Amino acid sequence: MTAVPTAGVPTEGGLQASKGDAIPLITYRQALNDALRAELTRDKNVILVGEEIGIFEGSYKITAGLLTEFGPERVRDTPIAEEGFVGAAIGAAMLGMRPVVEIMTLNFSLIAMDQIVNHAAKIYSMFGGQTPVPMVIRMPGGGGQQLAATHSQNLEVWFAHVPGLKVVAPATPADAKALLLAAIRDDDPVIFLENLSLYNTKGEVPDGDDVAQIGKAAVAREGTDLTVIAYSRATTVALQVARQLAEVGISIEVVDLRSLRPLDRETVCASVRKTSLAVVLEDDWLSYGIGAEISATLMEGAFDYLDAPVRRVAAAEVPLPYAETLELAALPDANDLIKVIREVLAATGFPR
Amino acid sequence: MPEVVMPRLSDTMEEGVLSRWLKKEGDAVRQGDVIGEIDTDKATMELESFDDGVLEKLLVPEGTTVAIGQPLAVIGSGGRTAGTSTETSPDTASGTMPTRTVGIGPSPRLLSSPLARRDAARHGLDPATITGTGPGGRIVRADVEAAVVAMERSAVPGTTPRLDTNQPAPSSAPQPVPSSAPQGVPSSSPKPTPPPSTSDIHQLDAGTQADSVEVPLTQMRKVTARRLTESAAAPHFYLTIVVGMDRLLDFRREVNERFTDRGIRVSVTDLLVRACAVTLRAHPQVNSSWATDRILTHRRINVGVAVALADGLIVPVVTEADAKSLDQIAGETRNLAEKARAGTLSLQEFSGGTFTISNLGMFGIDNFTAVINPPEAAILAVGATTEEPYVQDGELRTRRVMKITLTSDHRVLDGATAAAFLSDLKRNLEDPLRIVI
Repeated sequence: MTAVPTAGVPTEGGLQASKGDAIPLITYRQALNDALRAELTRDKNVILVGEEIGIFEGSYKITAGLLTEFGPERVRDTPIAEEGFVGAAIGAAMLGMRPVVEIMTLNFSLIAMDQIVNHAAKIYSMFGGQTPVPMVIRMPGGGGQQLAATHSQNLEVWFAHVPGLKVVAPATPADAKALLLAAIRDDDPVIFLENLSLYNTKGEVPDGDDVAQIGKAAVAREGTDLTVIAYSRATTVALQVARQLAEVGISIEVVDLRSLRPLDRETVCASVRKTSLAVVLEDDWLSYGIGAEISATLMEGAFDYLDAPVRRVAAAEVPLPYAETLELAALPDANDLIKVIREVLAATGFPR
Repeated sequence: MPEVVMPRLSDTMEEGVLSRWLKKEGDAVRQGDVIGEIDTDKATMELESFDDGVLEKLLVPEGTTVAIGQPLAVIGSGGRTAGTSTETSPDTASGTMPTRTVGIGPSPRLLSSPLARRDAARHGLDPATITGTGPGGRIVRADVEAAVVAMERSAVPGTTPRLDTNQPAPSSAPQPVPSSAPQGVPSSSPKPTPPPSTSDIHQLDAGTQADSVEVPLTQMRKVTARRLTESAAAPHFYLTIVVGMDRLLDFRREVNERFTDRGIRVSVTDLLVRACAVTLRAHPQVNSSWATDRILTHRRINVGVAVALADGLIVPVVTEADAKSLDQIAGETRNLAEKARAGTLSLQEFSGGTFTISNLGMFGIDNFTAVINPPEAAILAVGATTEEPYVQDGELRTRRVMKITLTSDHRVLDGATAAAFLSDLKRNLEDPLRIVI
């Protein structure tokens, strides 16, 4: 297995403008496009499947230029029929292709849930390992774009709950590329969760074949006083908060989960065994969310090291409002995180 | 029915003497009323009522030594009177009220974080002896760490360390561990009241006719003995230097004359406090503590001044003395010394010192060595100012000099480090403007 590549770790440098010229600074969107192009070039079994991904180049332009470059055989525009094209991709995967499906947004995957949960996730086990299902389903989730309740969801736990699937949620352009390369080369169906608000973020992305290890979290920033566990967009918020609090002498460690299934429980617990305090920042709803799983993980793996209850900062438990002010109020942000961090620190007598 | 119990009033306190009742049985009391006085190992403290009601029963006579948590009195509802006090049963009262009376007690179930429990177990501490400062009184890691530090500093088996909530955290500031003064202060120093032990001695002497008489140990004497014995474990070394005093004494006279209308009166000790603070700022190694596995260099410069008492000695502390002006220091030292002699110093006022000055000059002592006030790294012993002859330009002259001796803990300080400090201190004392600026 490739060790966690240094450049693939979402360090702070990866989220900020860089003066260096050794490593190119590109957007999360471009990193995905690069990864798709690289895999289409590397392996002729890789195909792209999805709505409007060819002529229109994708609703979010992730597949820009790929139809022209690789032709309609390998970059397939589909009807608006998620259950149909996901099912078709499963069949192709069973027969040796490596389809990369784009579902326009995560919200539309609900139509294809039977294919994903009952077929993609089960076939390898139920048919005695006769055939793997090496496919990737890419889809952006997330709110903050005024797309209203049905188009702004974070349903990662729906997938992360299901054995047979792998679920990754990269936070940085470097991880977007490294994890997409890994997902395409993985023999299991991988749910690849993107986030609308990350597409335009820039970061250092190394050229070449930096393949991430699925199931490995990263310590995105080292600290000593408290651990914030996050993934996807929330990681970028956590790092911003960590930088801000560092200025007032609070040392926050940020663990970026990167992979939600398998979940790297050891890295999470190791960090909290060090800091003794944990706050989870998640974009999904609080109840039954990723934070609940992390919290339970810490009970099992770091109980004797906890100096305060694990806290969660998550989205308000309402269908996300359309009105901008209400939408912003419902989504967890840096101030929400800082407030909870300060409460936890205060409860433990910080500064010690 | 609420009981009033012996509260824990200082880190080192295990028992206290109910020295005086200020209310009598049958008196109505309100929450916050002072109902008695308690002599602890270091000071006389007020015993407050935490309940409204009638003081139904005083359970101990004045002068009784009572362990922490043991009942002192019973407060009843207004319906009961002193005459019916026999009805009060301490058993029924002891369930919940003592914790309220102490004010720092645990909730019905002892709350502690898993980490705090683990740390406490690792250090062999009973969580029940640790005061929690977290939500709902939860014991958190910081509380255990403070208790460990307190235990290590007190270094007495069986001591139950408690964290005062006002204490600064161990890593950020020196712990306010009650200081005790360092060297033999003559017991015949002028006192507002005669030593209470004197009459005891005569009585015992008359009664037994023995060659020796037994003098019961006061709390303060016990603590002093323990802490100075502890200090003996530190490898000491001594450096003495002679300070020319002419300019300093002229400076002092001028200050006192010029500002007499403002009530400012600066003593040599005040000048020494300020001079030491200023010099310590330039020599942070000297402003340090030995902490067993590491050295703590303190950011704040808190200068203790040993004060002789009738039955012991105590070291009130001028906190952050380097940030205070001479007249502030003068006002504080006078106030602290008065409170020390009256036995009314608060724990905070004799805690947290990072350096100590002991001045026996007023007793005509020429020069002496002081015993370190642990865990501080050094202590300055100050002798009397005397006149001596010297030759300048072929002429015999006289000048005033003072000998000061620095005792250092060699685990923290080396000879050259201590010498550099002492030499700078001398320079500052001989050029008093350096003290002011």
